[in-house]
Parts: sequence; structure tokens; C-alpha cells
Amino acid sequence: MSGDWSYGLREHKGTLLAFAAFVMMFTIYATNHPAGLNANVATTAANKGVLLAIVAMAQTLVVLTSGIDLSVGMVMVLANCLASWTVVGSPLMTTLGVLEVLLAGSVCGAINGLIVIYGRLQPIVTTIATGSVFYGVALALRRVPGGDVNASLADALTGQLPGGVPASLALLLALVAIVWLPYRRSAIGRAAYAVGSSEVAAYMSGVPIRRAKFVAYTLSGLLASVAGLFLTFITYTGEASAANGSTYTLYSIAAVVLGGVSLFGGSGSAIGAIFGALMFRTIGDLLFVFNVEPLWQPLFQGVVLVAAVCMGSVRLLRIRNRLDLYG
Amino acid sequence: MLRGRLGNMCRHVDPAIACAFGCIVVVLLIGSLYSTNFLSPEYLLQQLKVASFLGVIATGMMIVILLGQIDLSVPWVVAVGGMMATAATGWGPVGEVLAIPVGIGCGIALGLVSGVGVAFLRIPSMVVTLAVNAVAQGLMVVHTGGFSPQDSSSLAMRFIATGHTLLGIPNALLVWVAIGAAAVFLLTRTTFGRTVYAIGNRERAAYLSGARTRTVVMAAFAISGGLSAFGGVLLAGYASKAAQAMGDPYLLPAIAAVVLGGTSILGGRGNYLGTVAGVILITLLQSILSVMQMEEFGRHITYGVVIVAMLLIYGRGRRHSD
Repeated sequence: MSGDWSYGLREHKGTLLAFAAFVMMFTIYATNHPAGLNANVATTAANKGVLLAIVAMAQTLVVLTSGIDLSVGMVMVLANCLASWTVVGSPLMTTLGVLEVLLAGSVCGAINGLIVIYGRLQPIVTTIATGSVFYGVALALRRVPGGDVNASLADALTGQLPGGVPASLALLLALVAIVWLPYRRSAIGRAAYAVGSSEVAAYMSGVPIRRAKFVAYTLSGLLASVAGLFLTFITYTGEASAANGSTYTLYSIAAVVLGGVSLFGGSGSAIGAIFGALMFRTIGDLLFVFNVEPLWQPLFQGVVLVAAVCMGSVRLLRIRNRLDLYG
Repeated sequence: MLRGRLGNMCRHVDPAIACAFGCIVVVLLIGSLYSTNFLSPEYLLQQLKVASFLGVIATGMMIVILLGQIDLSVPWVVAVGGMMATAATGWGPVGEVLAIPVGIGCGIALGLVSGVGVAFLRIPSMVVTLAVNAVAQGLMVVHTGGFSPQDSSSLAMRFIATGHTLLGIPNALLVWVAIGAAAVFLLTRTTFGRTVYAIGNRERAAYLSGARTRTVVMAAFAISGGLSAFGGVLLAGYASKAAQAMGDPYLLPAIAAVVLGGTSILGGRGNYLGTVAGVILITLLQSILSVMQMEEFGRHITYGVVIVAMLLIYGRGRRHSD
């Protein structure tokens, strides 16, 4: 029984570490905030964090299969531009609009998946190229920033639930409960982990490699479009911003790494990536709380990222045989 | 005899490289249907000059990709190269002389940091270079905001980027030719180059055969950083000033150029001639799409579709059953 325990602990070490680091940082942030931790402070912080957390979840699904999706940010921007056209009007129209955006995101993800699976191209190159296409479509939809979104829906999702809990956290919890947990427990989710740890072994054991990858990429596109919707709810406009797209792509990789997901695939969880994303956001906010000049903020964020990334190499101290370094 | 030789040569030509050069011809032909200017020597020389900037950056990227790694720090290392070189120009006459070495030196330093992370700390290159990119951005924000350095480039920088020396050949092109020749020599005629290919094929085997894998990996990243920064120096000379986002449009084209040239993104396989073809192809594609006055969104879409289509023709991986 104790064996199970220690196995479980090792299995979730990355997630637990990310959770602990986030709690520590957030405590420092909350106790030092000039206004204290009131509902408004929490809501603003939560909205920013949840947006990155959703993109990080999308990235995790692909990274677990030992791929990488450099187009998540662009799918998010595309969804943002589309949502600024469709998510307006009566409740029925708004619902249809949301569905349309989610469908568009899934199609983007599915295209990535099909090219990677049947075209046998490397995910990194494929998603660079498709990212350019998705950005082009976003630009076609919104040549200049503008548009509108159903304000009551936007306010409901970015505001507070009764009791002062940020509604965005509820949205994030719902996504974990509806998308991640069933996926993780399903046969196809386990297949994704198997593909990520060793594609050859998975192939030999008859794991449905293609289906696992296809589902991972499609779900990733779906989650990226949820992030795009949420971005629209925060900003009330659609903007085809290349800078936004590439920033979120890069931050999502950072969040995934901070969250203990292995970039080689096969280990880690979306929950870890969520805490990684929240942690990454809190680092930025910490500087604001401690009155650091805004000028130094990007540098500090970069240094923290380097430090966090270097922590991963602590494992080198435990390696007995140097050959283990070269997998 | 002659036939045998020809056959031998044909067998040596990498199909990917032949295909990339074929695509260049096709792109030029399509362009010439639109306007005969596309085949004029002036236009072609101008394109080669613009291609040189990407060519210098892609050379470093290629060496790193041959190792089976990737360098995502290109955007801000390019900016560091350009901005530090122009800043050095502001130090007076001494600075004016040191401008180019200072720019390149800063790039090498950043590349060394990535190299140490990848070679000694064994962190995936995608993450290290991303972090170094963030640090470089932070450094430049502090540098420009805190010290308001000079941002216009020195005469020497302008000369190597925009001048012409012999027969009207742009200097930037000569710089690219020199760097390309050095890269070919380094990759095919030195121990360093052999080790790069060996590591890309199987790092464990390279290590066991006594190659100094860690030094080579570190050096490769330093070279990549230095060349990215040199690209930034050239760009700053070309535009006669340095700006913060100047490197952003170079990361993806650099990777695309290397991969379109037949270098395997998994490392160990690739030829510099292919990278040359890839760089020219990407530059021509961008130029023709903009001359055809296609709207920006159409350019992004065409660009992505063309890259995927070309890779589907010749860049495909192996099946499991193979």
C-alpha cells in the first residue's frame, strides 16, 4: 500500500510542486497588496491568470503526446476575432455564436492533427506554418480592432459569483471537470500518455496512436478557442494582434514547464500546467505589489523563468551513470 | 565514363535541395507572368541583398537544428545585436570602431548562456532559448528605458548592409557569401562539423566515441547567438536605426528556410546548399506576394499554405512500419 502512495507522490510531483510554489507566491502577493485581498483584487488577478491557464491546458494536451503546438496563440486570436462578430444579440444567437467559435477552434486543432498524423511532418514546423494561416484568417476577419460581444454574458463570466468568488475560477473548474478529468480517465487519454512516453512501444502494443493524437490536437484547438472567447469577454473587442498570439504561445510553453509537464511528453498533467500559468501571472503581479519600476518587470520575469527552468536540472545531481544523460 | 559521372552526380544531389531550387524557378516564373521585372538582374540582386539578412540568421539556426535542437531566442538576440551596436556607436570614435564587434559579442554571450543550459544543465533547448529570449527582452527594455542609448547606426554598419563594392554586388550579399563559405568549411571539413552531425544523429553514440559533445553543443549555440546578433547589426545598418521589435519577423522564416532546404528538424541530416535555397525561396515568396499587392491576410495564408504544401512534398517523416 505504501508503494502505491510513493508512486502516486512521484507521479504527481510536478503538479504538487507547482501548486505549492503558486500558493506561496500568491500568499506573498495577497499579504503585501496595498488594498489587501478583497474580491475585486482577486477577480482581476483571476481573470488574467485563467486566460493563460486555459491556453496552457491546450498546450499541455499536445505536449503530452510529445508534440508541441506553436499555433495555440494564433487559434486564440482567431477565436477572439470570430467571437467579436458572432457572440452578440439575443441569447439564442449568442449561444449559436459561442458554438461556432468552439467549432472553428476544433477545426483548427483538427487540421494541425491531420497534417501531423497523415502528413508525417514534425509538429513544430507544422504548427508554425498553420499558425501563420490562422493569423491570416484572423486578420481577414478583423482588419482593424473592433466588434462587440454580448455584454451580459461577458460580465457574468468575468465578474463575481455571489459570495465574491471570481466567476472565471468557476469556468476554469468547469473546464477541468468537463474536459480534462474525463479525458485523463478515458482510454484515449491513456493512449496519449503512452504515445508521449514511447511512440514505438505504443505502436507495438496496438495503442490507437492516430486517434490519440487526433483527439489531443482537436481538444487543444477547442481549448484555445475557449481562451479566445474568454479574451473577448475581457476586452469586449476583437483584435488580430500577432504580438498577442506569439506572446501567449510562448507563455503557454513557460507555464507548461513551470507546471511540471515534461516537454518530451508522457508525463505531467493539465492541472500542473494551470498552476504553472497562475504562478507565472503572479510573478508579474508581485513586482507591481513591491513597487518595482515597470521598466524592470520584463527582465525580472525572464530571470525568474531562467531560474525556474534551471531547477529542473537538479535531477542531474542524482544521476550515477553519465550515459543516462544521453537518452 | 561521362555518363557514369553524371549519374553519380545526380545520385549525390539531395532531392529536397533539387526540389527547393525547382520551387525557386517556379516562383520566379509565376512572378514573371505577372511582370517581366521579376527576371531583371536589378530585381534579383535586390532580392539577394534582402535575403542576406535572413541568410546570416538562418546559418546559425541551421547549425543548431543539425544538433537536433532549436533556437527560439532569435527575435530578441537580433534586437540585442542591432541595439547594442548602435548604442556602442554613441560612445564616440572608439565606439564607432567597436560597434559591430560589440553587437556580435553580446549575441555570443547570450548564445553561450543557452549553450550552457542545453549542454551542461540538460534543459530542453526550446525552453532555455525561450527563457534567454525573455531575459534579452528584459535587458533591452531596461537598457533603452534607463539609459536612452543612441539608436542610429554607424557608417561602417551602413556600409556593410547597404553599400556596393565590386561590380555592383551588394556588400550584404558578400557578407552572406563569406559566412556561408565559413559555415560550409566548418560543417564539412572540421572535427567540429563532424561532431555536430554525429550529435544530431545520436548523441549517446557521439559521446561514447569520445567526441566532446558538451563543448560542441555549447559552441554551436554561441555561434547561433553571434550570427543572429550579426543579422541584427546588418538590419540596423540597412534601416539605419535599431528598434525593439526588429527581430520578430525573423524567427519563423529562419526555421522555415532551414527546414525547406531539406535539413531534418530532428537533426543530423542537412546541407548548407539547401539552406541557401530555402532562404532565397522564402525571400522571393515574401517579395512576390507583396509586389502582387496581395492583402496582408492573404500573404499570411499563402505563406503558411505554401510551406505546408512544400514540406508535404518532400519533408515527410518515416512510417512506423518502415
